[in-house]
Amino acid sequence: MDLLLIFISAAIVNNFVLSMFLGICPFLGVSNKLEKALSMGLATTFVMVLAAMVTWLINNLILVPFGLPFLQYVSFIIVIASLVQFVEMFIKKTSPALYRSLGIFLPLITTNCAILGLALLAALREYNFLQSVTFGLAAGVGFTLALCIMAGIREELDLAPVPEHFKGAPITLIIAGLLALAFMGFAGLISG
Amino acid sequence: MNLFLIALVTMGGLGLFFASVLAVASEKLHVEEDPKVLAVSAALPGLNCGACGQAGCHDLAEKIVAQGDLTGLNCPPGGSVVMDEIAEILGITAEAGIKKRAVVKCGGTKELAAARADYQGVKTCAAAELVAGGYKACTYGCLGFGDCVAVCPFNAIKMGEDGLPHVDELKCTACGLCVHACPRKIIELVPCSNRVVVSCNSKDKVAVVRKACKVGCIGCNLCVKNAPGAYEIKDNLARVDYEKGDAAAEPAVAKCPTKCIVKL
Repeated sequence: MDLLLIFISAAIVNNFVLSMFLGICPFLGVSNKLEKALSMGLATTFVMVLAAMVTWLINNLILVPFGLPFLQYVSFIIVIASLVQFVEMFIKKTSPALYRSLGIFLPLITTNCAILGLALLAALREYNFLQSVTFGLAAGVGFTLALCIMAGIREELDLAPVPEHFKGAPITLIIAGLLALAFMGFAGLISG
Repeated sequence: MNLFLIALVTMGGLGLFFASVLAVASEKLHVEEDPKVLAVSAALPGLNCGACGQAGCHDLAEKIVAQGDLTGLNCPPGGSVVMDEIAEILGITAEAGIKKRAVVKCGGTKELAAARADYQGVKTCAAAELVAGGYKACTYGCLGFGDCVAVCPFNAIKMGEDGLPHVDELKCTACGLCVHACPRKIIELVPCSNRVVVSCNSKDKVAVVRKACKVGCIGCNLCVKNAPGAYEIKDNLARVDYEKGDAAAEPAVAKCPTKCIVKL
């Protein structure tokens, strides 16, 4: 029940992109084609789950016992960056096909604030290991959801009569804002 | 002071650990890439436009090296300059490629070609073509919504005031994306040296063409008579033999009754 709550909370109610405004860069950058958005979402989900595991271990086995929680930012960045690099190399070696579809997005994810936010939030809320992993998975699913909704709308937008001055980035930002407003409708879903 | 030391050791340790993991990984998981592929890949323009038929420049490079020669493989945007460079890397000589550019084979401007309906739908050629074969009386002519303009990665095509796209020959790389984007297959890649082209795509019979467009080819055979060997009529449409060159084709320009054979 506890895990389900965390999942729904992170995936929908407190969606990383649309209510916490983390990971806006790929949200705007890689959302022009649905297919690409899905690949990016899957790659991010994968890294988020992995990052949730490893940062939990680092935090609870190294930082907390030594009384160094103030080093969370620095150490999490090191961990996430090297982890993503490692995963990229691993995928390139083991599965060239997977590397072609997901690999090109991995460097983009390395310095994504959504991943760092995930690690910091999990540490702040003092989740246990299982909760952290659920949190990571849910955040990834929520990110993918937001990215795919946005990509779907933007594909339709190509055919819509948008006023000249609103074409491109402006209309995209307006839509992002409207989507965020729509997601605020979930705010009452979980009380407390 | 103690905390400072602990922090220093922990962070240093973490950094060292991950650095060594990555160092080992880069050695163990290193993917051997053929230096030739890398060299060819570097010689290609890197636009990943897909004009060669491969997924991207890197894919083309792999294919070229695997095949060992350039038969059937070409980089249209790079042209002969790039292909020569690649041939040098492979240690062979490339066939001299002929530089081409896109030509819109339709002269039916808003004034000259009649419309049979007022089209208010989605403003793309592909969509307009789907609605009862287009709003124009000519079912072969340019629809003028600029699908070719939108797809051109080099900004080489501009939609003119007259409702026809115009190709900037200096910018055109003959990548062929517009050829595929046009739902009516009006655009053709023509060698740059050929200035005389048949600016019509209509395979309709005389009566239909006359009603639909003032500059449509009616298949009258005058070009074949006036410039022997340079033209042939197929499906009621005159076609130039580009290999014969401009000199052979030019006499027909003045004789064409509907002025659909033009010198660009």
